Amino acid sequence: MVLEELKKTFSKEILDSESRNERRVTLYIDPAALVPMSEHLFKELGFRFIIASALHTKRGFEIYYHFSYDPSGLILNLHVTLDQAKPEIESLSNMFEATNWIEREMHELFGINFLNHPNLEQLLSEGNWALGEYPYRKTFKSNGEVQA
Amino acid sequence: MSKQTLIPVGPYHPLQEEPELFKLYCDGEIVKDVKWETGYNHRGIEKLAEKKSYDEVFFLVERICGICSTSHPFAFANSVEEIVGVEIPDRAKYIRSIIGELERLHSHLLWVGLAGHFLGYNTVFMWAWKYREPVLDLFEMITGNRNSYAMFKVGGVRRDIENQKIPAIEEVLSLVKKKTDMLVGAVMDDPVIHARTKGVGILTKQDILDFAAVGPTARASGVDIDVRRDDPYAAYPLVNWKVITAEAGDVFAKAQVRLLEMYESISIIDQCLVGLKKEKEGETEVKIKHIPEGYGTGHAEAPRGEVYHFVVSDGSNSPARHKIRAPSYTNIATFKKSCVGQTISDATISLAAVDPCYCCTERLAVALDRTSGRRIMNAKEIIEHSAELTNKLLQHE
Repeated sequence: MVLEELKKTFSKEILDSESRNERRVTLYIDPAALVPMSEHLFKELGFRFIIASALHTKRGFEIYYHFSYDPSGLILNLHVTLDQAKPEIESLSNMFEATNWIEREMHELFGINFLNHPNLEQLLSEGNWALGEYPYRKTFKSNGEVQA
Repeated sequence: MSKQTLIPVGPYHPLQEEPELFKLYCDGEIVKDVKWETGYNHRGIEKLAEKKSYDEVFFLVERICGICSTSHPFAFANSVEEIVGVEIPDRAKYIRSIIGELERLHSHLLWVGLAGHFLGYNTVFMWAWKYREPVLDLFEMITGNRNSYAMFKVGGVRRDIENQKIPAIEEVLSLVKKKTDMLVGAVMDDPVIHARTKGVGILTKQDILDFAAVGPTARASGVDIDVRRDDPYAAYPLVNWKVITAEAGDVFAKAQVRLLEMYESISIIDQCLVGLKKEKEGETEVKIKHIPEGYGTGHAEAPRGEVYHFVVSDGSNSPARHKIRAPSYTNIATFKKSCVGQTISDATISLAAVDPCYCCTERLAVALDRTSGRRIMNAKEIIEHSAELTNKLLQHE
């Protein structure tokens, strides 16, 4: 019910969808639609933000934004793909506090830039490691070497 | 603007069991702002998980947290089993829930004790930790370990709880139930605890939604969420129990929720033991030969709230990506709301009220040398670096 309404409201922005069962749904969306869709989920439909997972893949950088609709146990993932060379996306932290830390963390570990973030300082390392090194990228090896 | 004084709590402070630095900016006795520094506990667990086989990851994630050491394997098992699409046997479901609830019991007892200690009420601390011991002994009997039980695997559990052990479990539970009555009386009816915790560190419903806080922290502010009921897993749909909530959102409400949850845990374990007797001994797992390509979401209700694991599989023997979100990650951020405007003495119990677990929160980084950008620091350098940071803090503020 909630999903059908969402798909109707954002029919153009949803590129594809996938569901394992009625409790697990992923919507592949246009990165530009992330803020309006998240706002709709959070403010209108009462979804709870869980966390975001960044991935470094051959396609570039991907982020799954995990939302939960607790009355029915639904977990809805909003998936965006970002550019390999210049990964950036609008921040959600101006809307709610919950994304503040995880966006800073993804910025620090993956080098993804979050536009208009209120405070994009390092969360974990407070300047203790080399700038421009992103340990969670697949090109980074645990011995400190960076693959070309 | 009047001059603000910085009161540092941490990174190594008698009040905190783990390293974390809170900077309380105070005007007289009143906290005006709070900032925190994390990063003292980084172990790079998400990256490490990409190098281990699915079986080994269980042992790794179990070591994220020393207190709720089964909640991470629980969520990880749920996510991998979702990728595989497998249903585990009922006996394994009961065993998983028994372990999960025993853990909630000892974790809540630990918190009640610490909360008493933070308030200067050490009798509660002594009592709570004394009666936590039999629960840990029970774990030793069931799993071989007081903590880090290594009970979970993809498709079931590693060890059975033989029916002959059930009477011993029931005996400990009846003792813990009796002592919980005593603790509830000691905490809920004590005028000093009322005075110290009522109206202190209030989080409103909107604060909880904004910060996406979970677990007893959310339930104490009237946000009725619990993964065990909302997205049922293991044996939780097979037993009767209720989600405990409170409305006030203060420290007292959080204590109330945790204490009453202990009764629910005891009731869940009792019902699981009845269920266990009906199932055939030894039927504790489904053999899984291959983890297919795909992604899976697993969450579990840990003592502190929802633990969330997201696993991406590329069809190989190790996860291609493993994202972990521990409950304290969202709960700790609420300090910004709960501490500001309080006196310094109340700020400490407000910090403790969400039962923060820093090990869980900081699982993330790899330490590199600042000058070369390559090497991992040796012990001497870490000590020097620590002294340097302390000096910087003292000079700076």
